[in-house]
Amino acid sequence: MTDTSSTDRAPVVPPTSEPPPALPETPRATRVSRRRMIGLIGGAAAVGGAAGAGITYAATPGASAGAASAGQAVAFFGDHQAGIATPAQDRLHFAAFDIGPAATRADLVALLTAWTNAAARMTAGLDVGTGAVAGNPAVPPDDTGEAFGLAPSRLTLTVGFGPGLFTDANGRDRFGLAAARPPQLAELPAFPGDALDPARSGGDLCIQACADDPQVAVHAIRNLARLARGTASVRYSQLGFGRTSSTSTEQATPRNLMGFKDGTANLKAEDTAALDAQVWVGAGDGPAWMSGGSYLVTRRIRMLIEPWDSTSLTEQERVIGRSKGSGGPLGASNEFDPLDLQAQDATGRPVIDAKAHVRLAHPSTNRGATLLRRGYSFVDGTDELGRLDAGLFFMAYQRDPRAQFVTIQTTLAGKFNDALNEYIQHVGSGVFACPPGVAPGGHWGQALLA
Amino acid sequence: MRSAHLRAATVLGPLVVTALLAAGCSSSAATAPAGDGSIAVDAGDSTCGVAQTVIAAGRHTFTITNTASQVTEVYVYAAGDRVVGEVENVGPSTTRTLIVDLPAGDYQVACKPGMIGNGNRTALTVTGTPAPTGTADQNLQAAVDSYRAYVETEAQALLHTTTTLATTITSGDLAAARQAYPTARLHYERIEPIAESFGDLDPLIDMRIDDAGPGTPFVGFHAVEQILFQKNTLDGAAPLADALVANVGKLDALVKTVQLTPLVMGNGAKSLLDEVAKSKVTGEEERYSRIDLVDFAGNVDGAKHVFTALRPALQANNSQLPTTLDQRFTALVELLGTHQAKPGAPGFVPGSPYVSYDALTPADVKALAVEVDALSEPLGQISGAVTGR
Repeated sequence: MTDTSSTDRAPVVPPTSEPPPALPETPRATRVSRRRMIGLIGGAAAVGGAAGAGITYAATPGASAGAASAGQAVAFFGDHQAGIATPAQDRLHFAAFDIGPAATRADLVALLTAWTNAAARMTAGLDVGTGAVAGNPAVPPDDTGEAFGLAPSRLTLTVGFGPGLFTDANGRDRFGLAAARPPQLAELPAFPGDALDPARSGGDLCIQACADDPQVAVHAIRNLARLARGTASVRYSQLGFGRTSSTSTEQATPRNLMGFKDGTANLKAEDTAALDAQVWVGAGDGPAWMSGGSYLVTRRIRMLIEPWDSTSLTEQERVIGRSKGSGGPLGASNEFDPLDLQAQDATGRPVIDAKAHVRLAHPSTNRGATLLRRGYSFVDGTDELGRLDAGLFFMAYQRDPRAQFVTIQTTLAGKFNDALNEYIQHVGSGVFACPPGVAPGGHWGQALLA
Repeated sequence: MRSAHLRAATVLGPLVVTALLAAGCSSSAATAPAGDGSIAVDAGDSTCGVAQTVIAAGRHTFTITNTASQVTEVYVYAAGDRVVGEVENVGPSTTRTLIVDLPAGDYQVACKPGMIGNGNRTALTVTGTPAPTGTADQNLQAAVDSYRAYVETEAQALLHTTTTLATTITSGDLAAARQAYPTARLHYERIEPIAESFGDLDPLIDMRIDDAGPGTPFVGFHAVEQILFQKNTLDGAAPLADALVANVGKLDALVKTVQLTPLVMGNGAKSLLDEVAKSKVTGEEERYSRIDLVDFAGNVDGAKHVFTALRPALQANNSQLPTTLDQRFTALVELLGTHQAKPGAPGFVPGSPYVSYDALTPADVKALAVEVDALSEPLGQISGAVTGR
């Protein structure tokens, strides 16, 4: 549960019926298309979630209901970007980019167009351009080739725009986009206990590549980074494995590197009302170009593995607030049992500690705020002390980071709050506006840059 | 005077550059000015004197004399600073030749002492019928001729400057030897892929200590470098320097025999950038003297010269590639220029126009690596563009 924002729901409020008060109501009309989008991206889950609703599936071969099975293609085009409500794949390669000092708005449009074209091909299991071996042998192949013959592996590529795209570090409006910056895309405040490495934070652009085959995800980032040369360069990238959240009711809850089930109460793709309320940007939320998009907050959260491993089971469970074995809340027996934050033991002490992670991350502690978490574990070898450089690459999608991530993290951060802070440290951070999906013939961010 | 210029053109090889592809152009080159167009350019410290500033469309030869106190370069720009032709690395008091096909239009001749900035500029007006462009084969042959002249000139300069290095060592002047080292390295790095085509010669000249082992003694430039800069002495340097001069002499003789083709040139340019990416950006190569940026500049010079020579052929084949290459070369050269250092400045290394590698911050190194990678992609397309016809 090192994710700092567990979203265990209050037992009395059915999550699908009551959007939290902190966010505006979403217009009814957009819900229909979003539900349809779940059909586009959600695979088999969509059949149950929107039965009889007249679902139209994507035209891309193979990208249909049932696409959730490993190896198949997830539709690239649609109202929303894939990779957000898509059932979480097993592997991640995330990359943040800096736009070069000489790049122009035209260069930016050319880059996003080239990226879109390559992404549409790669997510369909095709190679970039003329491919790895079919082009002119006297020039470097368009595609680097390591995914040659591999299945699409449910690859999704999701792009995001950082604050620097709109206003750079010197306050300059480099691309004439400052006026289009959504208020939701505010720099995150400094939280107590942050130890952020600037070299692993921020970025003008980001791409989240998720796939069931790590080589497919790495291939995608490698080829997109190559296409960016001369316009944008990789600022940092992060490999991840073992999705730490389930984002579909069809997925079993995985365990994170602390050994606890993670994402039991995460938002799920099937819960379209909750997605509309908490994840997708509504038509009236801000600039129209973001309507149907979502905001991504990333945090590289280092786990202090060695101290955690030498902590007693009782203490570990007190810190998290859940049973390590079943994943159920302390005082309950099953994983999906509701969290009773009022329960007291025979001595009158709370069953779930006052500083337990699940209590402080709970929506009821955070004005109803929840997140669609999509994080991955990472182990980047060991540090100079021989300790695992490991933790959670936390990624969460939301409708307004100011009302959601910032609210939750403010509750959690600092040595007087979440008990888990003794065992984790936030060492990287990013916030990105992920535009809505792309229609065939269009490109990422087209409405922003038109 | 004119015959001297023509001889210079023969020795150095013409840089024939086509300004643009004029559709339906006639071949009326008869409008060329008298004397087949030898136009003197006086490239001074603050002037750029052009003997004729109104000329007829056609093929023109500019004879460039560097009267400035430092190395210079001369560009001919069409509107919007589109490069029509250029010569770089013209040393003080030396003369180089630039041949350009110029259709009617307004141009600027820019002389850039120190090879930085916008330069001193003189307007040039070209009138009359557009110039004919060379055929594809003529363009490629001109490119090969130009590059051959460059390689031979650089090999001679390498022999000359390496001999100077050896002489300073023999005369017992450590400071002078250390100052002579970077200049010799620059000339080697400009033609490194050509040297590498001669098998054992490149290791004997350019091996690192890691390449040495039982039966393979550590010799060449870097063995001398280690003595001069790490051991900070001349002891033991003279025999190594003499052997180095002998091997460089062999190289100078062999380059006259090398088979040059546009493909060899294109691959060589890419190879030079790969060298930058592998051993210059990383500070691997000049580990004792820390003059990696000199090698960096030499590699980029060499690659740029390939591109410049092939420009007419590339323009005929692919309109976007030369533009992209111009942009990326400019970005890299300008970034490299920000790391120049004068005596007394932090990071200054005697004999080197660039700061020590140790004076670069991690952010500096990353910015250089980003520009190298950005240039490497279009550079890799040259071979295809010149062979894909």
